[in-house]
Amino acid sequence: MQSALSLSFSQTSLPLANRPLCSSNAAPSTTPRNLRFCGLRREAFGFSPSKQLTSRRFQIQSRRIEVSAAASSSAGNGALSKSFDYDLIIIGAGVGGHGAALHAVEKGLKTAIIEGDVVGGTCVNRGCVPSKALLAVSGRMRELQNEHHMKAFGLQVSAAGYDRQGVADHASNLATKIRNNLTNSMKALGVDILTGFGAVLGPQKVKYGDNIITGKDIIIATGSVPFVPKGIEVDGKTVITSDHALKLESVPDWIAIVGSGYIGLEFSDVYTALGSEVTFIEALDQLMPGFDPEISKLAQRVLINPRKIDYHTGVFASKITPAKGGKPVMIELIDAKTKEPKDTLEVDAALIATGRAPFTNGLGLENINVVTQRGFIPVDERMRVIDGNGKLIPHLYCIGDANGKMMLAHAASAQGISVVEQVTGRDHVLNHHSIPAACFTHPEISMVGLTEPQAREKAEKEGFKVSIAKTSFKANTKALAENEGEGLAKMIYRPDNGEILGVHIFGLHAADLIHEASNAIALGTRIQDIKLAVHAHPTLSEVVDELFKAAKVDSPASVTAQSVKVAV
Amino acid sequence: MSRLLQTPFLPSVTLPTKTRSSVTGFRVKPRIIPIQAKIREIFMPALSSTMTEGKIVSWVKSEGDKLNKGESVVVVESDKADMDVETFYDGYLAAIMVEEGGVAPVGSAIALLAETEDEIADAKAKASGSGGGGDSQAPPTAAIEAPVAVEKKIAAAPVAVKAVAASAVHPASEGGKRIVASPYAKKLAKELKVELAGLVGSGPMGRIVAKDVEAVAAGGGVQAAVAVKEVVAAPSVELGSVVPFTTMQGAVSRNMVESLTVPTFRVGYTITTDALDALYKKIKSKGVTMTALLAKATALALAKHPVVNSSCRDGNSFVYNSSINVAVAVAIDGGLITPVLQNADKVDIYSLSRKWKELVDKARAKQLQPQEYNTGTFTLSNLGMFGVDRFDAILPPGTGAIMAVGASQPSVVATKDGRIGMKNQMQVNVTADHRVIYGADLAQFLQTLASIIEDPKDLTF
Repeated sequence: MQSALSLSFSQTSLPLANRPLCSSNAAPSTTPRNLRFCGLRREAFGFSPSKQLTSRRFQIQSRRIEVSAAASSSAGNGALSKSFDYDLIIIGAGVGGHGAALHAVEKGLKTAIIEGDVVGGTCVNRGCVPSKALLAVSGRMRELQNEHHMKAFGLQVSAAGYDRQGVADHASNLATKIRNNLTNSMKALGVDILTGFGAVLGPQKVKYGDNIITGKDIIIATGSVPFVPKGIEVDGKTVITSDHALKLESVPDWIAIVGSGYIGLEFSDVYTALGSEVTFIEALDQLMPGFDPEISKLAQRVLINPRKIDYHTGVFASKITPAKGGKPVMIELIDAKTKEPKDTLEVDAALIATGRAPFTNGLGLENINVVTQRGFIPVDERMRVIDGNGKLIPHLYCIGDANGKMMLAHAASAQGISVVEQVTGRDHVLNHHSIPAACFTHPEISMVGLTEPQAREKAEKEGFKVSIAKTSFKANTKALAENEGEGLAKMIYRPDNGEILGVHIFGLHAADLIHEASNAIALGTRIQDIKLAVHAHPTLSEVVDELFKAAKVDSPASVTAQSVKVAV
Repeated sequence: MSRLLQTPFLPSVTLPTKTRSSVTGFRVKPRIIPIQAKIREIFMPALSSTMTEGKIVSWVKSEGDKLNKGESVVVVESDKADMDVETFYDGYLAAIMVEEGGVAPVGSAIALLAETEDEIADAKAKASGSGGGGDSQAPPTAAIEAPVAVEKKIAAAPVAVKAVAASAVHPASEGGKRIVASPYAKKLAKELKVELAGLVGSGPMGRIVAKDVEAVAAGGGVQAAVAVKEVVAAPSVELGSVVPFTTMQGAVSRNMVESLTVPTFRVGYTITTDALDALYKKIKSKGVTMTALLAKATALALAKHPVVNSSCRDGNSFVYNSSINVAVAVAIDGGLITPVLQNADKVDIYSLSRKWKELVDKARAKQLQPQEYNTGTFTLSNLGMFGVDRFDAILPPGTGAIMAVGASQPSVVATKDGRIGMKNQMQVNVTADHRVIYGADLAQFLQTLASIIEDPKDLTF
């Protein structure tokens, strides 16, 4: 509780207090700001009796040493900093760049953002945002079509139908609205939005269009594009990527979705709700790889098996030809291991959801001797770009999908904020384990931290014990009131010290429920503390509360259902 | 948990008398096939105190696999999670009695475990005898009955149409060798135990879609086309013999029985055809047929009364069809088929006549594509050419109404102005599904139809 208080205190109130100080001249302001920062922290910690917090305080102190070293060096370059056009130049105005820009302005940096396409990037224009609009429609359709579900409420609904163009418009209108909001928020704060493709010319020098500008620090945030494996011909009509699918130009009778990750799953939810039948093609042996196995098992039982979906696992789509001249879309499947031909599918459309590839071509990386790895820009834990010799390039950072650390919009934004923290004199390392992820199917899937196998592997290596707490949505009043009792929440934790290692939720509004766990992980809150917090009744948040309460901390002989192996 | 679950796994074969006596449904013969070998049953475990039945999520092992003590055999679904069920004995998984997705009560046998490979066959016989399906019939008794039961199963199996796999018309199906069916069709087929091989798809490019499977399961007409190929003209019938239905006749039979579930009623009307006959005479030379004229007139009337062109699929709603497709019943050797004049209200009478000729030729040659005989929204049945003056038609499932058309005959008619005259008149009789089409609807429809036929100038547009 206390640590939560102190952190929020430092993050929100400090920059406000400092803004007038650092607006004119960055160099002298750094030192006092740091002093003040630590002073405040110390005050906050002064209240805390817990030993956890004292260890935290120790960290802070050591951090301060580093920071002041950085500050003195930047003070030495003070004259130089005046000769730059900008304090910070961000290449790419996606969610990552936007998050960084806003935070930079808050920190008093003169900031420019370069965008070659549309503001908002993938997330706003071709990703999270329009897909949520489609999923909002699919959720309602699903509900209205579920006669049994409606009957259980005592509701009568006559045959539900939809207008495809209307649904598509909802998605594009939402994207436009969010894009405008994003643009306006940056304009209002005085961020210069520069139009053109950005490229790095040399250290601290960037080109966009025909203009060359200099910046003290540069962030590359160019994001990613849909990855299309070779052999697949995308025509944008019958063989499509998520970019096309979000426009919802057609609802095919039968669509094959290549890849059963987040993107594929969400689209299967949309298409089946709108009346399509879906065939998944997954290269791994199991659908939904990457999710906790128990969650993916349950998800398969709820999201796949009862729906008009079938699947081929352990196969690659080696060749996909778009529909032409009255012929359907042809998909050739080969065994993922032996590469032998296995099957041919003829479908009305194919959606390629095999992941995303970094968009780093034409960035001028060769000018600064950066060698990409499969397109990704190598960075260290502070997002500092590493060159071909393994050396850090000063003043150059890369965030978001382009570095491939965690390809999520909010991770990019968090990385951007972390970088701004660093360049304004506060060392910061983002804890990626605390970044939640969600898949907005009906019901939703969300997760943070490690999966059970990952946690067990780590436990084995580091020699600690792992326990699992589980609870069902069937036990939650609010979920039952909504007739949505299908769902599972699962927490993986250390029984010895109460550390949360991972939380996985499958059920109604799972994406909203995960944050209590992700915040606890980010702040280092232990189960024994958070389990005393109170949740409003009846709410879905009690599912997570139930998890915390079900955990048996400090008893090595945990009674929780660790292994579900059962004998006959 | 696991301690609790060990108990149901008991060697059961040693208790034949006790179990047998508990079964009433089986004739117990004195002959008992001795099964000395250890064949153990794997029971549905009780995974919680409240669990009464469990669902098999998946079999980890398949029949014939060797099992080692402690190995997972099957995954069972409980209210919270999937549980791996493991064996406490070495042996062979001889027979799976409850398939994946099946539900079995707690304590009932879901599989048999044989101690040695030789006993697998015994165990299999035992399993088939108990009928599978998760019921808890006592296996030893059932084993006696095994051969009978197996035979029964075979007899019951051909629910699915096995015939003429080659008739699947999907271009990529390699002459029917490969089955092209949509995901939902496959799922339904598994659920309804319909065999996809040999089904003719009505989806895009001949793909089998869900409604084809449903039609077969409901005894519908999709496989009729398959049957058409099989039917060989058999003009002479051997008297005193019992001839099983051809597939098409079977489909007709099932359709007719299914029609009994629809509450139908009939409304008749007498229509004067002098003007229509005159028109027919005038344009006959241009290849116009009477059937096309009647279909066109009906379609124009339907356009004004969309409810008569609707149908009731689920018992809860009207399905207003977007197009008016008039199906016309045609007798062919060994059955009947209903080629469809699509969009009969929009297509002009000359094209409609040409289309009709093409459809009849195709029907005779048994080359009708599924969409050419199963997309009708309203059916016409005309027996006028045989001199039938009136009859009653049965409503084909999936449509809202059918019209029986009698012969047009010269009749003595009293007119309103008090005179007596001769007019050509025909009687039509519409059978309709009263869930969606009411008496007044039909009456108005027939009134419109009569006015179109009595003043047929609109037909030649």
